[in-house]
Amino acid sequence: MRIEDFGIDLDPVPGPAAAWHAEVDDAGWRRVCERARDGGGRLLALWASDRRRDGAGFAVHAALVVRSGLVCLTLPVQGHTYAGIADLFPAANRMQRAVADLMGLRAAGQPDTRPWLRHGAWPPDRFPLRGDADAATVYAQAPDDYAFTLVEGDGVHEVPVGPVHAGTIEPGHFRFSIVGERVLRLEERLGYTHKGIEKRFESMTLEQGARLAGRISGDSTVACAWAYAMAVEGMSGAAVPERALWLRALMLERERIANHLGDLGALGNDAGFAFGLAQFSSLKEQLLRSNAELFGHRYLMDAVVPGGVASNLERAGASRLFAALEELEASVARLRGIYDDHAGLQDRFMEAGRVAPELAARLGLIGLAGRASGQARDLRSDFPVPPYDRIGVRIATRQGGDVAARVAVRFDEVAEAIRICRLVLERMPDGPVSAPLPAGGPRNAFGAGWIEGWRGEIFLAIHADAAGGIRRVHPHDPSWQNWPLVEHAIIGNIVPDFPLINKSFNLSYSGHDL
Amino acid sequence: MYQTIKLIARSGIRTEAPPQADEALRTTAQRLKSEVLATFDGALAIRHVDAGSCNGCELEIHALTNPYYNLEGLGIHFVASPRHADMLLVTGPVSRHMQTALRRTYDATPEPKLVVAVGDCGCTGGIFGQSYASCGRIANVIPVDVAVPGCPPTPLALMQGIVTAISARPEGAARGRSSGDASAGAG
Repeated sequence: MRIEDFGIDLDPVPGPAAAWHAEVDDAGWRRVCERARDGGGRLLALWASDRRRDGAGFAVHAALVVRSGLVCLTLPVQGHTYAGIADLFPAANRMQRAVADLMGLRAAGQPDTRPWLRHGAWPPDRFPLRGDADAATVYAQAPDDYAFTLVEGDGVHEVPVGPVHAGTIEPGHFRFSIVGERVLRLEERLGYTHKGIEKRFESMTLEQGARLAGRISGDSTVACAWAYAMAVEGMSGAAVPERALWLRALMLERERIANHLGDLGALGNDAGFAFGLAQFSSLKEQLLRSNAELFGHRYLMDAVVPGGVASNLERAGASRLFAALEELEASVARLRGIYDDHAGLQDRFMEAGRVAPELAARLGLIGLAGRASGQARDLRSDFPVPPYDRIGVRIATRQGGDVAARVAVRFDEVAEAIRICRLVLERMPDGPVSAPLPAGGPRNAFGAGWIEGWRGEIFLAIHADAAGGIRRVHPHDPSWQNWPLVEHAIIGNIVPDFPLINKSFNLSYSGHDL
Repeated sequence: MYQTIKLIARSGIRTEAPPQADEALRTTAQRLKSEVLATFDGALAIRHVDAGSCNGCELEIHALTNPYYNLEGLGIHFVASPRHADMLLVTGPVSRHMQTALRRTYDATPEPKLVVAVGDCGCTGGIFGQSYASCGRIANVIPVDVAVPGCPPTPLALMQGIVTAISARPEGAARGRSSGDASAGAG
């Protein structure tokens, strides 16, 4: 495959992902980012690592999605400052703030220098992800006075919400500046669920890390575990049995269906249609029960492991699944008819929380929310890894960018996921479902996993040290890209519509805060 | 409208029988007198607090209100404010960034109150353990009455934990481990 001419030597990252890696200098770093931006590319992730124990210094890494795939850059950092790229990719802003909090490296030209993931748990001159920072050292809670942007004007007032929310959701803080009921500005503050996941990985072996990867974001356990397994398998040169790959796709699609069913029900409920919640939550429960029966876990945690999957699907189980999918398809189609015909529901969905396609493109909205705002990108179709290369996934898109569009994309994706599950059940080859990883393990290696989860692209990078241990794991949830767009989506809407708008995105806190 | 009513009739009643209390889940001696529990029994208001979980436990807490488990059918419902709550249902581990918020939520809940710690992380700190960013289990931050293990615990296990917390302790039952006991640390 030809890669756009970046004027650098790119090495393929071993494994099925269409990914390349290169070490660049300061000039190369900016040049590649600029060319990627000019060619319609986008920033997927930005993180830093500490290589001092292996005789090098600090490094900053970026993963850029270009036409041919994923270009991963490593920029060795002299001192504690590197060239920022937030001017090229707005999504870099919060990622660079997180790098400053956790690794103590500052981006030149950083537009916002407030902390992002650091509240009061560690002082500003301590950096928990540095190699010489002890994970067990507990610092006194520092005062936490975050400088929210103040909106002034006649009749403007603030509504602070969270971190403990009114519903059963994850913690975060939202600061609304409003006039009457109308929102002038929303400012998010996240980082409340930061529990040291990245540091925790460094105390584990590559094998042990799989379990933690499955708990980065509980609703995306299959996607995260697959991305982790893909990275480990690639860097170890493991051959994963065919059947295991097909089973992973089956599980990933079931995770997608389960989350969409849950959210479609909750969206009905948030718009005053409790019937929708009762119906969709019943369908979801049936799906979870059959997951438990056939794969041993309702949410499929620990079902994907490096080298394959944890358990096989027997023939009898497969035919039960097939029958249940038929029934599910009919039920969802019936409910879609009811949602579409319900004037009150459509009135709440239409025009609420709109992200126009131009804004989505400029700020880098991805995943299902991106597809609802005209960004026709889906890894399963654009850069398919086996078995998706033999499935032909149809991308669901809408141009509306409002809650109605996100609901429509979710309905389309449930239907497509059901079709994929059936196809998998029909075509899945027989054979073993796991293979041991080659002995020896990777040394001083870089691995990458890239999977289209239900919310969007999950990316996971692993840096192995000279002894084959984990030097650094960086999981990246699509919520990093999409949270800033929720701030835009709510502008001009009324405060009581926020739960509905927020739920239509349903972004991750844990997967973002790490 | 006709389609909606037809589907309601077609779905029927899916609710299943609730589980019985399980004394093994109790972590502390009974804190509340049985007279008080008698008033809770039949009408309990729960405030859920995510103190730093991976969101897995939240999925199962959501499932509690689906038609199969129908928690509200037992008179148990979720409320938006700790000031309206009899019980806190807390998932963990407690991140250090949520430590103050959890403490404040606990203080805002009127006495008499109950706390149910949810999940392996809520019970022991789980896979995240204790670190610069995590306080570990819930009992390291606020007193816990009942701890429900599982990753995540099933809705049935959660219901059992809630029912255990509001049921009077039988006479002569062995005393559980105290909430101040810091035996379970990093997991």
